[in-house]
Amino acid sequence: MTYRNDPYDPKQAALLDQGALDDAVAAAEKAFAGAGDLDALAALKHQHLGDRAPVSLARREIGSLPPAAKADAGKRVNVARVAVQAAFDGRLATLTAEREERVLVEEAVDVTLPADRRPRGAQHPLTKIMERVEDLFVGMGYQVAEGPEVEWEWYNFDALNMHPDHPARSMMDTFFVAATGVEEDSRIVLRTHTSPVQARTMTTRKPPIYVICPGRVYRTDELDATHTPVFHQVEGLVVDKGITMGHLKGTLDNFVKGMFGPEARTRLRPSYFPFVEPGAEIDLWFPQHRDGPRWVEWGGCGMVNPRVLRACGIDPEEYSGFAFGMGIERALMFRNEASDMRDMVEGDVRYARAFGWEA
Amino acid sequence: MRVTLSWLREHVDLPADLDADGLEKALVKVGLEVEEMADTGAAVEGPLVVGRVESIEELTGLKKPIRYCLVDVGGEQPQGIICGARNFAEGDLVVVALPGAVLPGGFAIAARKTYGHVSNGMICSGRELGVSDDHDGIIVLPADTAKPGDEARPLVGLDDVVVEINVTPDRGYCFSVRGIARELSHSLGGAYRDPVAAILPLEGDGTEAYRIDVRDSIACDRFTAVAVRGVDPAAGTPKWIKDRLAVAGIRSISLPVDITNYVMIELGQPMHAWDLEQLTGPLVVRRAAAGEKLTTLDGVKRSLDPQDIVIADDTGVVSLAAVMGGTTTEVSPTTVDVLLEAAHWDPLSVARTIRRHKLPSEAGKRYERGVDPQITAAACARAATLLAQYGGGTIEPRVTDVYAVQPPASITMALTRPSELAGIDYTPERVLEVLAMIGTQAEVSGGTVTVTPPSWRHDLNDPADLVEEVLRLDGYDRIPSELPIAPPGTGLSATQRRRRTVGRALADAGFVEALNYPFVGTTTLDAMRIPDGDPRRDLVLLRNPLSDEEPGMRTTLLPPLLAALRRNLGRGQRDVALFEVGMVFLPTGPIAVAPAAGVAGPPPAEELAAADALLPHQPWHVAAVIAGDAQPAGWWGAGRPADWADAVEAARLAADAAGVELTVRPAAEAPWHPGRCAALLVGDTVVGHAGELHPAVCADLDLPRRTVAMELDLDQLPIPGAWPAPRLSSFPTALIDVALDVDVTTPAADVEATLAEGAGPLLESVRLFDVYAGAQLGAGRRSLAYKLTFRAPDRTLTGEETLAARDAAVALAAERHGAALRGA
Repeated sequence: MTYRNDPYDPKQAALLDQGALDDAVAAAEKAFAGAGDLDALAALKHQHLGDRAPVSLARREIGSLPPAAKADAGKRVNVARVAVQAAFDGRLATLTAEREERVLVEEAVDVTLPADRRPRGAQHPLTKIMERVEDLFVGMGYQVAEGPEVEWEWYNFDALNMHPDHPARSMMDTFFVAATGVEEDSRIVLRTHTSPVQARTMTTRKPPIYVICPGRVYRTDELDATHTPVFHQVEGLVVDKGITMGHLKGTLDNFVKGMFGPEARTRLRPSYFPFVEPGAEIDLWFPQHRDGPRWVEWGGCGMVNPRVLRACGIDPEEYSGFAFGMGIERALMFRNEASDMRDMVEGDVRYARAFGWEA
Repeated sequence: MRVTLSWLREHVDLPADLDADGLEKALVKVGLEVEEMADTGAAVEGPLVVGRVESIEELTGLKKPIRYCLVDVGGEQPQGIICGARNFAEGDLVVVALPGAVLPGGFAIAARKTYGHVSNGMICSGRELGVSDDHDGIIVLPADTAKPGDEARPLVGLDDVVVEINVTPDRGYCFSVRGIARELSHSLGGAYRDPVAAILPLEGDGTEAYRIDVRDSIACDRFTAVAVRGVDPAAGTPKWIKDRLAVAGIRSISLPVDITNYVMIELGQPMHAWDLEQLTGPLVVRRAAAGEKLTTLDGVKRSLDPQDIVIADDTGVVSLAAVMGGTTTEVSPTTVDVLLEAAHWDPLSVARTIRRHKLPSEAGKRYERGVDPQITAAACARAATLLAQYGGGTIEPRVTDVYAVQPPASITMALTRPSELAGIDYTPERVLEVLAMIGTQAEVSGGTVTVTPPSWRHDLNDPADLVEEVLRLDGYDRIPSELPIAPPGTGLSATQRRRRTVGRALADAGFVEALNYPFVGTTTLDAMRIPDGDPRRDLVLLRNPLSDEEPGMRTTLLPPLLAALRRNLGRGQRDVALFEVGMVFLPTGPIAVAPAAGVAGPPPAEELAAADALLPHQPWHVAAVIAGDAQPAGWWGAGRPADWADAVEAARLAADAAGVELTVRPAAEAPWHPGRCAALLVGDTVVGHAGELHPAVCADLDLPRRTVAMELDLDQLPIPGAWPAPRLSSFPTALIDVALDVDVTTPAADVEATLAEGAGPLLESVRLFDVYAGAQLGAGRRSLAYKLTFRAPDRTLTGEETLAARDAAVALAAERHGAALRGA
């Protein structure tokens, strides 16, 4: 639309009349307030703020006013325009907030639905216990030593002061590996304890030796609630100058505190293992026992027999050492009240899953 | 070794109030492990008293004779008691369980009406009280040994503690009352009375009781024999001997045999009783000759080994010495003349004979662990005296005693040694006190002591053994608790860390760890379609497997892992994902006989290396298996069944955790489906396989179709160095999709690798987002659609640059694989 640029045309200037402007603002405010939703509001926007809206048309009229009137008219038109815009923005904000509110309500779900879309895995509790033991000793500066499970008898028995006719050797219920094609004894066995790793360590390394040897061992027991032919041990070995049985006791005490809390401690009972002399059984003061704190048996220990040191090339006049060993399954039994060893070996997913990551 | 506290008390002064608990503590303190402890006083609950039979009324007209007795049990009125036994008379002292008593087996006694009378209790037999097998009649106590109303338990042996001790192999001397009593005296400090010292020596006249010809004095360094003639074959074994044997778990056989067993338990000296009438000519001690046979007392005819020690007479071998006698010369119900033998045999030979013939025995286990060679004469004297006393025979005043015992070697030890090893300061006086206590002869010279061990302590050979005695008897509870400081360590090794990370990654991805037995048999390998000649069939075989079905060690983790999978499914699980990280056992050739090596020092390095070379290769593997859904069904919708790609992904995940990238190639390896098996490679080395199992394997192993599996040789994965950190560009990416028409047999992995190579350094990533095959493409073709993401490190890429890189990628794919750009 074009207008002649008349110097003054009161008729056309009617749009700039204050009353008309007030009416336009009022009409807009009323219309916006009546808009029920954002779509309705959007539809009204053009009518009150678009190019043909009264406030827009009024602004165009300003140019036709004499210069003296322009400033005043411009100010008034702008006030009206801002008022309409404000009315729109206000309503828009209200309606937007209302819509968001509604959407949130509509989007509500039952958060108690099972959130188990990802199947849960688990490490075996025996693995977790062994890692825990390793971490404790690694923290004390020890190395984790390893060796083969199919082992030469010399490491498994002879070097450990168990000569072929030693009664303790036949008590070990050993699995023997068959030599190919001959009836003769192969002198290769499934290791009956992790002690051959100690023998290997001593034959290949010079003291000071501070190692633990976790691992799998084998005895020819039939599987039942309290026996399994394949089980796990962890053994420790220290060989250094001036090592005493007091050091053994201190190491065991520190270890069980790390495993079972500050109340835990150990007690040694005289016993016999061919590879240690003096030898002892370990009793652990187990504070978390279901039936109240008490002593539980947990492994054997002692000062490394000088015959073992000598067989492995370490001078017992210069060095002394201690060794200890305990069953991991046994720890799971008293710590977690596990009563049946079969559950530990059958690979039932319900078992490992029940323990969680910290076992 | 089972024995009663009352027997032990005969040889050591113990506190009068020592109960089962106190006894256990005392034994444990000195290293005798208590296997079982039973308080026999607790076997009968409630009132068990002595009664005197005042009157007996025979009830008539019943099916069996029944007596109604009035019994004085110490109360105001005698009690009426019904009794079916007839071996007692008025005035006899009997044992009465009064109402309220509970006999062994939970048999509760109450007043009850029977046979027309009220019976106020029960007159007991030995069997009813659990003290003997005697059920022929009730117990009649010797006259005047008690009065009515007295506690009856002590009178019938129900006031004792039975203890079973687990004797460690070094403590052979504790297989006897003599040894245990000595240890108890060490533990509690009470006076010890050596039963050997109380035995009157035999008076010989200088002639032999019987001609004994010991031809091998290593095998037998002591042989003592004495004869008792004119024994009444009908003489029974006294009850107290029977009872003590019963506690020890030894069956009563005959008076002579029971006495030899009794002396064995009392002194620790095994004995043998010969029927003199059955012996022909001198007894010869020697090693068996090849081909000799003997029928032992257990009725088994045994072929003897030239290493077995035997006793022979003119008729041939009559005894497997130290282990078991023969049938021809044993004492029988008609024996009247008995030759008692107590000998000392070579422990090593005995141990070998026991194992060779699988003949563990009470005598054998004592000889194997060491018997006191100095008490054979005392044992013979003790047995002969008992036999004469209870069997009515006469001890012949002649003794055979062949003696070639070597004195025990002395041990020299610094007096400070126990302190050095214990971490306590023992005074020299304390050390010598303990050494004297255990029966050693000690001589001090300067700072050292030279010790001659007592004849019963074969376990004392080294200074360390003496150190243990000092620490043990001074008390382990006095040893302090001190922490030694280890030199700084270097933590877990790279391979140890890797095994942990791999396990954790798989567990995190939903797999559950199983720790399976590594045993395997050919049946499973057959079911897995492992072909002949495959190295996985070359098993390390066990001589004594638990099951003949699984005689070998696994060469792959899969057989036991699949068995665990099946077990889970059998227990009602539907979707199961398992993994294991473990060793497999791969022979490097036929299993040869490994060398024997001495223990004076380590074998030379080359010998150690040679022995190691004989062991199978034992690498660590990781394997994972899935059956059922890989992603479960639920309220969100259907599940996604596991397929071959889940197995490959598990392998990639494990390798990722190990810091290694795998490349994948098609393969056709058992037990996988030949069209759904991936070989997994690092560089050009195949490190494992993954995919769907062959349907026939699933069927044979009773697994669901489409069970998937992967296995990787962890030891074949290189240990990665530190990876260089990536430089991240923040310039915008340019994305281009390309769809390539290729032959279906062209592996997608190859096409992808080619695109990456062809696109050059501007390519940031390539991702296959669609695979399509259809009539549009023609038979044998498929479309692979890739999203290529390009980005430069230093600028925004122009359209020309991006297209040029894409064209180069497509061109290389066209050249290498005959790929055509679709829609071009």
